[in-house]
Amino acid sequence: MRNQPVILAEGLSKSFGNIQALREVDLSVSAGSVLGLLGPNGAGKTTTVRILTTLLLPDAGSAWVAGFDVARQPASVRQVIGLAGQSAAVDEHLTGRENLLMVGRLYHLGRGETHRRGAELLERFDLVEAAERTVRTWSGGMRRRLDLAVSLIGQPQVLLLDEPSSGLDPRGRHQLWQTIRQLVDDGATVLLTTQYLEEADQLAGHIVVIDAGRIIAHGTPDQLKQRVGGDRLQLRLATPTTASRAAAVVTDLGSGPPQVDAQAGEVTLPITHGVAILSEVVRRLDAAGLALSDLALRRPTLDDVFLALTGQPTQPADRAGAPSAGPPDRDGHAATGSPA
Amino acid sequence: MTTMAPRPAWTLAVADTAVMTRRYLYHYLRKPNLLGLALVQPVLFVLLWTYVFSGAIQTPGGIDYVDYLMPGLFILAIAFGSANTGVGLAEDLARGLLDRFRALPMARPALLLGRTLADTARNGFVVLLMVAVGYAVGFRFHAGVAPALAAFAVPLAVGYLLSWISALIGLTVRDPETAGTASLLPVIPLAFTSSTFVPVATMPGWLQAWANSNPITHAVDATRALALGGPTSGPLLRAIAWILGILAVVIPLAIHRYRRVTQ
Repeated sequence: MRNQPVILAEGLSKSFGNIQALREVDLSVSAGSVLGLLGPNGAGKTTTVRILTTLLLPDAGSAWVAGFDVARQPASVRQVIGLAGQSAAVDEHLTGRENLLMVGRLYHLGRGETHRRGAELLERFDLVEAAERTVRTWSGGMRRRLDLAVSLIGQPQVLLLDEPSSGLDPRGRHQLWQTIRQLVDDGATVLLTTQYLEEADQLAGHIVVIDAGRIIAHGTPDQLKQRVGGDRLQLRLATPTTASRAAAVVTDLGSGPPQVDAQAGEVTLPITHGVAILSEVVRRLDAAGLALSDLALRRPTLDDVFLALTGQPTQPADRAGAPSAGPPDRDGHAATGSPA
Repeated sequence: MTTMAPRPAWTLAVADTAVMTRRYLYHYLRKPNLLGLALVQPVLFVLLWTYVFSGAIQTPGGIDYVDYLMPGLFILAIAFGSANTGVGLAEDLARGLLDRFRALPMARPALLLGRTLADTARNGFVVLLMVAVGYAVGFRFHAGVAPALAAFAVPLAVGYLLSWISALIGLTVRDPETAGTASLLPVIPLAFTSSTFVPVATMPGWLQAWANSNPITHAVDATRALALGGPTSGPLLRAIAWILGILAVVIPLAIHRYRRVTQ
């Protein structure tokens, strides 16, 4: 057998009614690596995960997980995957330990093995103290950790994580990242979806950007960041009406054209050499007699990625009401789907 | 994966069903107030109907109304409780638990089998309680021990069927509250147009035709005959045929819905 990818998808398409959730999506994840599927709500991330975990059949295309066809050998696929979906899918009327043991039994681990791994996971996710309390009394972050622990009890070869850090506080998020890195060190193959470029950057060796059900870019985090054009320098002018003048003054310092928000009096400039440029920007604005009320240097967000790749920002108004679990509401965005 | 024992598929399916049954029994024991409220209702049924109707209804052969009524009340109380199945499944769906279970290498029918078995255990408890309360207000089994035990089995079989129907409804409407209401829709007219409260012979002619073909009538008549004595085999066979016939349709439909359902 050749060294085949552990997750392979070819031409996946899926519609819900007249809404096209996925259009000809190809994916390939090699053994022991992490693929980050990056996109806004309603982009098709959850639909992709649901197809790969045998919960949904694609209208067209094929996918294989660990060499098993998700449509023709779903039972074999379920033996080798662990899934952590968007909501913390744990039983709140059972205790933490009972949740783990229940799923361990359903993976058909032996009794002893189930108990041993259950105890180990409670330890690892810092849930020992709460283990014998019903989950109803737990906080959201603890439930999320239990959810991930439950998805690991079968020692899955392939882990599919749908927005795993949603609902976690910053500390929980860093713990989660640590855990995912450890799993990969132990040989797991991971596909994770996220709305945060930073998260994909932290964890994934390869990122696929998806929008309107279609892949609009892919590459290593560095390649993508290059296309996005580095960090973002955000200027807020003391007098909002001077924003466009300020943009003109600093435009040649950016790695791309500045964005002007005239109403807020804000200028956003993509830059690659942060600190050196920072002082030059301040000097020039000073010389031009333009006063700043705020100045910030930040990492590019998903919005910046979309702006760079599609020429249009993500449309929160469009997406606010559309859970990515369901059919996405993409009507207003369909025109921007042309690949960059 | 290392501990995957080479066990035959059916033993795995039995083990998976046991795991799910246990899970849902825990729900009954731990959901605040659910068990308590589930038990108050059947007790109220026994007390209300016995005292309110006992003077007004002419029973065939002049048997005590409480003796006439109780077998029907077993089935009525269970029928009202059957909505729990659909509500519980709709809640599982809303919380993402059905996705979790469906992505596990467990037997396909195990979740629904476990759910309906746990509901049957609950129903057994309900009937026992009603018998105890019934005894306090004058109800007696008149046909001996074996028929009395069979008189337990028929309502439980009806309850099992209604749980599967409620499962199908819950997985179709997908919202817990809607599932609760929708599950009672077929139950109420069926229960009240049967021989549960009054002898069919006292109904208007057009209703008699319907009541005599109502599956609930057959189940109630069978339970009543087993509890009080009289010809049992006719109503019992008709009740069994109805229950098995409908189960044969509803179980595959419910399992199909379970495999396809999405949030």
